[in-house]
Amino acid sequence: MKPFAYQRAKDVESAVTTVAARPEASFLGGGTNLVDLMKMEVLKPELLVDVRHLVSRTIEPAHGGGLLIGAGMSNNELAADRRIRRRYPMLSQALLSGASYQLRNLATVGGNFLQRTRCPYFRDVTMPCNKREPGTGCAARDGVQRDLAVLGADASCVATHPSDMAVAMAALDAVLHTVGPSGERTIPVNELYRSPAEGPQRDTVLERGELITAVELPAAPVAAHSRYRKVRDRASYAFALVSVAAALEVRHGSVTQVRLALGGVAHKPWRATTAERALVGRPATEAGFRAAAEAELAAARPLAGNAFKVPLARNTIVSMLRDLTEGA
Amino acid sequence: MTSPNETNEPSRRAVLKAGVAGLGATMVPFGAFEALGAEPAQAAGPVTAPPAAASRGGIGAALKRVEGPLKVRGAATYAFEWPVEKPAYLYPLLSTIASGRVTSVDTRAALAEPGVLGVLTHLNAPRLAWADEPEVALLQSDRVAYHGQIVGAVIADGIETARYAAGLVKLEYAAEPVDVDLRTDRDDLRKPQHAQGFGQLPGDLMNGAPADTSAGDFAAGLASAVHRVDATYTTPVQHHNPMEPHAAVATWTDDEITLYCGSQGVSTPQELLTRAFGLEAGRLRLISPYVGGAFGSKDFSALWGTLALMGARLVPGRPVKLSFTRQQMFTLVGHRPAAIQRVRLGADARGRLVAISHDAVQETAKAKQYAEQTVQASRSMYAAPNRRTSTRIALLDVPIPTIMRGPGEATGMFALESAMDELAEKMGLDPIELRLLNEPQTHPETGQPFSSRHLKQCFEEGARRFGWKNRARKPRTRRKDGWLIGTGVAAATYPSPRLPGSTAFARVDRDGRYTVRIAAADIGTGTWTTLAQIAAEALGVPQNRVTLQIGDSSYPRASSGGFSSGMNSWGTTVYEAARALHAAVDEHGGKVPPEGIEVTVGMPDDPRLRQYEFGSYGAQFAEVRVHEDTGEIRVPRLLGVFDVGRVINPVTARSQLLGGMTWGLSMTLHEETALDHRYGHFVNNDFGGYHIAANADVGSIEVHFLDVRDPHINPMGSKGAGEIGIIGTAAAIANGAYNATGVRVRDLPLTLDKFL
Ligand SMILES: Cc1cc2nc3c(=O)[nH]c(=O)nc-3n(C[C@H](O)[C@H](O)[C@H](O)COP(=O)(O)OP(=O)(O)OC[C@H]3O[C@@H](n4cnc5c(N)ncnc54)[C@H](O)[C@@H]3O)c2cc1C
Repeated sequence: MKPFAYQRAKDVESAVTTVAARPEASFLGGGTNLVDLMKMEVLKPELLVDVRHLVSRTIEPAHGGGLLIGAGMSNNELAADRRIRRRYPMLSQALLSGASYQLRNLATVGGNFLQRTRCPYFRDVTMPCNKREPGTGCAARDGVQRDLAVLGADASCVATHPSDMAVAMAALDAVLHTVGPSGERTIPVNELYRSPAEGPQRDTVLERGELITAVELPAAPVAAHSRYRKVRDRASYAFALVSVAAALEVRHGSVTQVRLALGGVAHKPWRATTAERALVGRPATEAGFRAAAEAELAAARPLAGNAFKVPLARNTIVSMLRDLTEGA
Repeated sequence: MTSPNETNEPSRRAVLKAGVAGLGATMVPFGAFEALGAEPAQAAGPVTAPPAAASRGGIGAALKRVEGPLKVRGAATYAFEWPVEKPAYLYPLLSTIASGRVTSVDTRAALAEPGVLGVLTHLNAPRLAWADEPEVALLQSDRVAYHGQIVGAVIADGIETARYAAGLVKLEYAAEPVDVDLRTDRDDLRKPQHAQGFGQLPGDLMNGAPADTSAGDFAAGLASAVHRVDATYTTPVQHHNPMEPHAAVATWTDDEITLYCGSQGVSTPQELLTRAFGLEAGRLRLISPYVGGAFGSKDFSALWGTLALMGARLVPGRPVKLSFTRQQMFTLVGHRPAAIQRVRLGADARGRLVAISHDAVQETAKAKQYAEQTVQASRSMYAAPNRRTSTRIALLDVPIPTIMRGPGEATGMFALESAMDELAEKMGLDPIELRLLNEPQTHPETGQPFSSRHLKQCFEEGARRFGWKNRARKPRTRRKDGWLIGTGVAAATYPSPRLPGSTAFARVDRDGRYTVRIAAADIGTGTWTTLAQIAAEALGVPQNRVTLQIGDSSYPRASSGGFSSGMNSWGTTVYEAARALHAAVDEHGGKVPPEGIEVTVGMPDDPRLRQYEFGSYGAQFAEVRVHEDTGEIRVPRLLGVFDVGRVINPVTARSQLLGGMTWGLSMTLHEETALDHRYGHFVNNDFGGYHIAANADVGSIEVHFLDVRDPHINPMGSKGAGEIGIIGTAAAIANGAYNATGVRVRDLPLTLDKFL
């Protein structure tokens, strides 16, 4: 680990100015991802600006009936909140399926969105990796492929985004509130992550020094009937091979509203808009679910070592929608 | 009173030889030691177990681990935790190519870093007096034989400084093509030779057994069979991953050299390192009271000892601490080699086997030929007149494999016991019935009698307890809430060897207190407790009058803990010492003089060891669920019934077998180290990527013993209990998964994609 300086910023403005001005500075949340990567020298910030105390750690009502979640809230606090559990159960379930109890106590909401890929070639500084060192190539593509992306990837990068929370947030149309060098703005989660074709070295559209202060969950009555299902290589404490966040409303046998997002399959939480379109207004049948899942996955470009993710994603989508229809 | 060193001296030469013999067989799970109580002395005093509670103790007593409270309180000193003054820290530097040479070394930036005391590379590392053993011979040349090999080390005042400065050392390499592909069609596969120990003993395989065997006419036998199975099973590289990393604290002074080092034995590595560094006998003292898991990876434990000693020599008088990171443990301390196994079975119309063959092709390192006994269990499990086994290895640019959790049998029995299930399925026979039909009366290859073999009782009792008769015979018939449910069974066997070369010291004081001292090890298995029980039994006194001392190379030499041999080897020796002590007391007319009486004796030879086959047995049952949509696999229930002879301590024995079955579950469902075929490196080299069963993966596990004494094996009547727990679990689960789904997976681990 490279020696570094640590600083507790006194306010948001100075935190933003400091990090914006110094390319080798980085915000520090819970540190559960950043510090790991520093130990491996994948990231070598010279200055850590601790922001955890600067951003809110509470949930407030937002206008329009939604909720505004402070970016400094821990993953466990958010998962345990009654409003979240009642109104957005998929989000609570997604959080609880991630990491371990101890890590979730430390991990922040802001940091969770920005955690880096678990691609083992990104995490090994002796390997070529366009995300870590632009222009060096992608070692993963012809390497060990089990965890790689099947949707939205590019020859330059086939890494997946590892977050569970962000998958539920994508399905719920959550919106980030940020403060950056050029002021405040809001960014829908579904527009946060850049496609690898735009250059894999930058994961998101955030500017240098742009701080996530809160996440807004819009009101979504359908989300009260939602679930998160994570399929992985062991029963707990593993990243998703495929995960599905789904909310469904069925009236008179037809789908009236649906939210569907996939994890473990792309460089970002994958909002399944093609499948959603194929579902709405159609009968809530197993055949219909299957056709919708297949329509979404038609764009999949799997590699030999992760081809199983396509049928796995399809089956998981179908079984989630079936369970939600049966109201189980 | 004689000092332990003097007592030891006469036998040291002989012991060294025996030590080498012992090496071939050392491995297995290891355990804990009993140290000095809460405040260990600087230069360790005697390593002593707290006396057992006031109970009589002795063999069969259900005693809890005597060192348990120390461990729970965090007061047990694992290697890295020995309190030493002002230590320096060593951080190793690993190669980033898999094959080639180091062509240039630039240590200037590292040396310029404040706090850095020195940088070791092949250019300045001490030349070893003996470098024939590749795992000891660190930094002796510019040659790189695998990715992640030690090519240097930084010694610094602080651990972080050492680690950071290691990144500043610039190495350049001339890389050569990488060859890490294990395939059965390679034309350079070879028969292993002298793969045992350090290549100095006869025998082809690691345990001294031949690579190949045959009896009768296999081809003719198979041709005559009515039912046949011909299937190939593959198992991946797996890593031991003990909780405690491989760590050492070394201090080099003009007279004594001390090495605290988590190790499965103390004598053998002490002898190896003494030889490697060309030291006078007895100058190096290796102390290892507690080991936080080893599973084979701390047996040939000289590598990190060598590195720590090299570091210590650089800063004489100052202790040097070393602890590998989890990532480094993936290349430096061994792995279970990948294997491809073909099993062919031929049976007559009733199900009696007429032909068995088991052919294994396994990976090993160019750096060191290691070959394990994958096919060994197939030599003794079932009767059949026509049979053959063979072992071939591919020498690859991979890190050096080693013994791991039932090496050979764990993977070999996955293949054999899966094939038996396939045969039973083909014939419509109950898989237990098929096995019992083929129970041999004597060893099928040697014709020797089994000293004791109660496999049939294991199956019968297991079937009754598990509720085997309720199983659905036809695959894919039971389902609940989207999960397909099945049950599977497999046999288990593991040899019960006695390793040569142990010596024990026993003493009685005038006040009737006894001391027993032997350089045995407790790797978490319970030696502190169980060896004291044996000593009390052998001495015929309550256990609270016996003080046991183990885990220190200054004690009388002992074989390492491994190969499920510890209790058998050390217990027999302790028994002999007790007998000799009684005889000595008798010579004194039954009176103990004021200075006490003491004896030191070696392990006796016993002709019966050559007249019988010794082994432990078991029957493993599994309930398996596979999700219909996702292929996720769960094992809510495992049950094992084991014949391990007389049980020395039901608490520690149960714990050991429970742990073994959990490892079995883990190797079946999760464990796989992925190898990159272009770079030759292990890709998933941390706990995020290398999956071990989590709590949520482990359901109910029941362990039962027959507790039947073996009449010939040793004075205790006990057989090996170290590794039998992991044997057969994989096949029981895979067979259960087949029963649940109708999908036969012959490739470990049983990941969900294989059921989709
Ligand atoms: C063993 C292990 C297992 C895990 N398993 C899972 C899993 O199954 N599922 C899952 O989803 N996750 C998992 N995680 C990841 C975990 O969720 C993340 O590490 C965590 O959410 C990151 O949050 P943090 O606050 O610790 O971020 P940090 O590590 O502090 O920061 C991460 C990044 O976010 C930036 N950052 C932090 N806060 C802000 C902010 N407010 N504004 C702008 N930038 C910010 C930092 O600069 C840094 O770049 C696992 C992690 C570990 C170590």
